[in-house]
Amino acid sequence: MSHVLPSPLVVDQLVKSYDGKPAVAGLSFALQRGECYGLLGPNGAGKTTTLRCCLGLTAPDSGTITLLGEPVPARAREARARVGIVPQFDNLDPDFTLAENFLVYGRYFGLSDATIRARIPELLEFAGLAGKGDMGIRTLSGGMKRRLTLARALVNDPDLLVLDEPTTGLDPQARHLIWDRLKKLLNAGKTILLTTHFMDEAERLCDRLAIVDGGKLVVEGAPRALIAQHIEPHVVELYGEGAAEWAHAEGGQFSQRIEFSGETAFCYVAEAAPLVAHLMDRPALKTLHRPATLEDVFLKLTGRELRD
Amino acid sequence: MIPLLSSRAVAVWRRNFLVWRKLALPSLLGNLADPMIYLFGLGYGLGGLLPEVQGVSYIAFLAAGTVCASTMNAASFEALYSAFARMHVQRTWEAILNAPVSLDDVVAGECLWAATKATISGGAILLVIAVLGFTSGPYVLLALPVIFLAGLCFSALGLIVTALAPSYDFFMYYFTLFITPMVLLCGVFFPVEQLPAVVRVISDWLPLAHTVQLVRPLVFGEMPAAPWLNIAALLTMTLVAFLIALHLTRRRLLK
Repeated sequence: MSHVLPSPLVVDQLVKSYDGKPAVAGLSFALQRGECYGLLGPNGAGKTTTLRCCLGLTAPDSGTITLLGEPVPARAREARARVGIVPQFDNLDPDFTLAENFLVYGRYFGLSDATIRARIPELLEFAGLAGKGDMGIRTLSGGMKRRLTLARALVNDPDLLVLDEPTTGLDPQARHLIWDRLKKLLNAGKTILLTTHFMDEAERLCDRLAIVDGGKLVVEGAPRALIAQHIEPHVVELYGEGAAEWAHAEGGQFSQRIEFSGETAFCYVAEAAPLVAHLMDRPALKTLHRPATLEDVFLKLTGRELRD
Repeated sequence: MIPLLSSRAVAVWRRNFLVWRKLALPSLLGNLADPMIYLFGLGYGLGGLLPEVQGVSYIAFLAAGTVCASTMNAASFEALYSAFARMHVQRTWEAILNAPVSLDDVVAGECLWAATKATISGGAILLVIAVLGFTSGPYVLLALPVIFLAGLCFSALGLIVTALAPSYDFFMYYFTLFITPMVLLCGVFFPVEQLPAVVRVISDWLPLAHTVQLVRPLVFGEMPAAPWLNIAALLTMTLVAFLIALHLTRRRLLK
């Protein structure tokens, strides 16, 4: 069991407020070594604030944080020496080439130039940019920049990787490549903490995840377990003319639960066959039958209203 | 409010040095051109109309003042525009803070770097005026550490403004209300004795005045009248300004 090994990150009763408004309101969680742990939540749920607290970039109002055995923020700098961070917004150094970006960043960790230079080819290879060390940053695409930022976070060979929305703004090809790299890192034994609001990303990568809302932990567990535990296995989405009316009048006979969002009715069912058969006779209703996903859990637990 | 400093500040300095090295020559020429235009324009044009000033030709008098004003300008531009770009626009500081480097290290590294750049600028002008024969004696070498100290002072002052700036436009106030008046009040273009007594009281408190009081005699091969007072004043202002800059930057970024 992983209890034997100390947890890379333990957050206990974390509280952080801005101007009297709580951004994080008593959040507790702990990572297990070698797992990918996700923090999911709508905008303003407190994910980024939690990360900033964990890295010692801001002091919590109360609660304790232990990062790689070090108390944070007191010894955050020592802890960060063994952490790799991929920020939400690219902050590669535009004045430098790819290789110089690694060199300069490695120096912030107190690494010698020789040590860093020896690692550069392997880091470029990891980023899928082998042999391009002398290229400038400004010419890179968004996906390349993300991969380079991820590789830069490995310059100190960290035990823990922290990624804040690693694939926001990337096209599907670029996202899949990032996921592939993250899986590689997990296979190599790294622990990953990531925030995201892409449910497919979380479902794919995370061993365990926490859904956070209003600065509090709503639910925690493995993606499949959360789906099994919190939601009916099938979803039939109905839209088009008369969808809402039908759902209000007749949907209840077939569904355990119905949710409405705009013109669409979401019927959550244990057994989809009777409903699908019934809908065959109503060709005016457009339907989509699919298995329940983490997104359904997320929307059930955090609500469908917009968070701006 | 104890600064959390470490040798990692040097890594920040080295980052900026590496950028500068790529553009060293154009940057240096750019730093030299403006003060040289003023020096020759005013020095010969205006100087031709004037008798000697404090026992030397006007252009020699102005040359020593130009060294000080350029040091101040170079430090201020670096600590304002360039540091702001790294803090706010490029998110360079954010990347550095994700490494085991404290914000205090970053601010200290930026301050040291701006002072270094000011020393390069001031030193280059010193070299040019030495070649032109406007200096005398070996004391002029002592002007270099003074230039570095003045560079630190103006860098620390500049970083206060950077910590408060919402955008680049904000820096115009600093230049218009502080830097430009200082050039006129501190003996760069003319001796402070020309100023009304009331204004001279203000001048005595300005860092550029202390810089000029140190550098000009050294350039002419003399010891300054009260070197320790000037040095103590510059050191005190540097330290106080640095602590204020640190406090304001922490308040801005570590929330």
